[in-house]
Amino acid sequence: MRIADLYWLPKVATTNDELRRIAALKSVDWNELVKVAGEHLDFIQTNRLDKILARHFSATNLPETVTKPVRLAVLSSSTADHLLPGLRVAGLRRAMFVTTLLGDYGQYLQELGDKESKLFAFDPTVILFAFHAEHLLGNPDPALSTADAELLVSDALNRVTNAWRLARVCFKGQIIQQTVLPTMNMLMGANEHRLSGAGVTLVERLNLRLREAADVEGVALLAIDRTMTQDGLATWHDPSLWHRAKQEISPVATPAYGDLVARLIAAQLGRSYKCLVLDLDNTLWGGVIGDDGLEGIKLGQGSALGEAYVSFQSYARDLARRGIILAVCSKNDEENARSPFEKHPEMVLKNQDIACFIANWSDKAGNLRAIAEQLNIGIDALVFADDNPFERNIVRRELPMVAVPELPDDPALYAKCLSYGGYFEALQITKDDFERTGQYRANAQREQLRTSHTDLAGYLRSLQMELRWAPFDKVGLQRIVQLINKTNQFNLTTRRYTEQDVLSVMNDPKALTLQLRLIDCFGDNGIIGIIIGKPDGDIIHLDIWLMSCRVLGRQVEEASMNLVIEEAKRLGARNLLGEYLPTKKNGMVKEHYRKLKFTQTNELDDGSSAWHLSVAEYEPFPTFISTVRTMHD
Amino acid sequence: MTSDEVLSQVSDIIRDVLDQPDIGISLTTTADDVEGWDSFNHINIMVAVEAHFHIKINTAEVEELKNVGELVDMVLHKQKVRK
Repeated sequence: MRIADLYWLPKVATTNDELRRIAALKSVDWNELVKVAGEHLDFIQTNRLDKILARHFSATNLPETVTKPVRLAVLSSSTADHLLPGLRVAGLRRAMFVTTLLGDYGQYLQELGDKESKLFAFDPTVILFAFHAEHLLGNPDPALSTADAELLVSDALNRVTNAWRLARVCFKGQIIQQTVLPTMNMLMGANEHRLSGAGVTLVERLNLRLREAADVEGVALLAIDRTMTQDGLATWHDPSLWHRAKQEISPVATPAYGDLVARLIAAQLGRSYKCLVLDLDNTLWGGVIGDDGLEGIKLGQGSALGEAYVSFQSYARDLARRGIILAVCSKNDEENARSPFEKHPEMVLKNQDIACFIANWSDKAGNLRAIAEQLNIGIDALVFADDNPFERNIVRRELPMVAVPELPDDPALYAKCLSYGGYFEALQITKDDFERTGQYRANAQREQLRTSHTDLAGYLRSLQMELRWAPFDKVGLQRIVQLINKTNQFNLTTRRYTEQDVLSVMNDPKALTLQLRLIDCFGDNGIIGIIIGKPDGDIIHLDIWLMSCRVLGRQVEEASMNLVIEEAKRLGARNLLGEYLPTKKNGMVKEHYRKLKFTQTNELDDGSSAWHLSVAEYEPFPTFISTVRTMHD
Repeated sequence: MTSDEVLSQVSDIIRDVLDQPDIGISLTTTADDVEGWDSFNHINIMVAVEAHFHIKINTAEVEELKNVGELVDMVLHKQKVRK
């Protein structure tokens, strides 16, 4: 049960044969490689898969369905070339193509400062800093005074944050900082912290300070020191290899190291999983509800097994509370399946925790598709937890884009497996995350209201919608950046902005910025729209228009368009230009500007299109939405 | 485990690490005889052998190894000691 073993990935007996077979092929299908990357691979298999990947694909030779390549620069103070295959294969596991550049051993400051360096030529979208303890702290005297020790830590911290700032000035992308690996040996023992100058103490202090600094600077941490508390240092760091080759990370742990990094990159790109789909029998409780009945299933205090299921349910509920959507997919009669949620006193999860509940006798792959559709999220946003290996394998075969963790036999370990697997990696938490379950539940209620109204107008009127809006502000900043970087479907241009980019349009008085929040009779939908228009004389270019799919079909686009015009007038603009840049996910907004009365001015072979609207000729759309200028309560 | 069995498994590891499924390996093979067996891959081979046979090879021992035969002997010896 070590993170280094990637044990949540299925062990497949034929992996070696597969690798041998694929290695001999003249041409290889991308999806086939993604599939192998999803199997449990040791470091040698990882290296072999990496070589196959390099032989068949490059940044300029990728299938159309693959999003833009990730350019990852690894700037390390010790040997890191052995880390690269694990990083690239972990990207592949998430269907991302990662190209890597390894900075020269310990030369990162020079490279960051030199516009002629190969780092600049590479133009990274992600920079990973990995520094070993000695590099940052030297070999201090353990007898240092507390004040001197603190100075030493501050000095080390300054060197790290300087590197971040240099990187931020030169590059736009994500910065990842590996926390310092506590490789030193203890001089006192359990109460080591009382020796201010001891290496272990200094590293602990430094990691604490790094966390505070990373929050302020918007840097993602690769919390490898925390991984050590699960796995033990010996798994990740081999002192013999450190002396032999200056490898801080042992080769056996490199596939896991890669996975930990790829999660952070995926999270930044909005590609973390969003929804946990749960099986019921022997996943949420012991036994089969249809056979054993309410009294017969094992759940709750009194038996070890029953407690294990309670603890797994608690973990799922806590995930929901921090913004992960929960769904149920079970082979059961619906009435049976729902009865524990309604009647069993020990159930932690209640009906209202589940955003989408499907229990029937159809195949699970079809039901998973239905869940994604009802929740209006991509099927590649689902994680499917099922105790039954047979069901898991069918889903893996039918829906390779769904993550299916290899749950251990013992339910006591289910939660650990999901947590180690890192499916729901997140970089920050916003108020909307906390409210998400309620939002999706309210959506289900809206669906019911919609079916009870025979006419759309009556339904929309009954929702009593209020669109609250404001230009960008500091309070909304986190959420705005988050939405810009993770919205894939209702997104006209899929342009990603860093916090810095958002700040710069926010501070431009001529730029048009709108954040939109929708309230209705069922509650607050949160921030559901972001629009950015860049000024150019009397023209405003709509650089970003994105919305949450949750509010589709409710005239929010039209009401927002009315606001865009009002703001454009206030800014003195006469012309609005819009564009649509197609991706594999945003086909739904191809006609967005046509629906809003823009005229198409251009269309290219790649499907992208340009649109124009004259502000003076615009007639506001009538809607059932009232608009109010206010934002945060 | 016999010497032949260990040799066969060690050879598979070397082929996998070097990603060369067809190279011939015998007890007298040295790193210099095999293309791609550089210091980087040497570490990978040692680490993979350690993991496969559940043994630990010391820093000094790594430096003394002259050919595949000595590696096989070391594996056999360490396995015997463990029992």
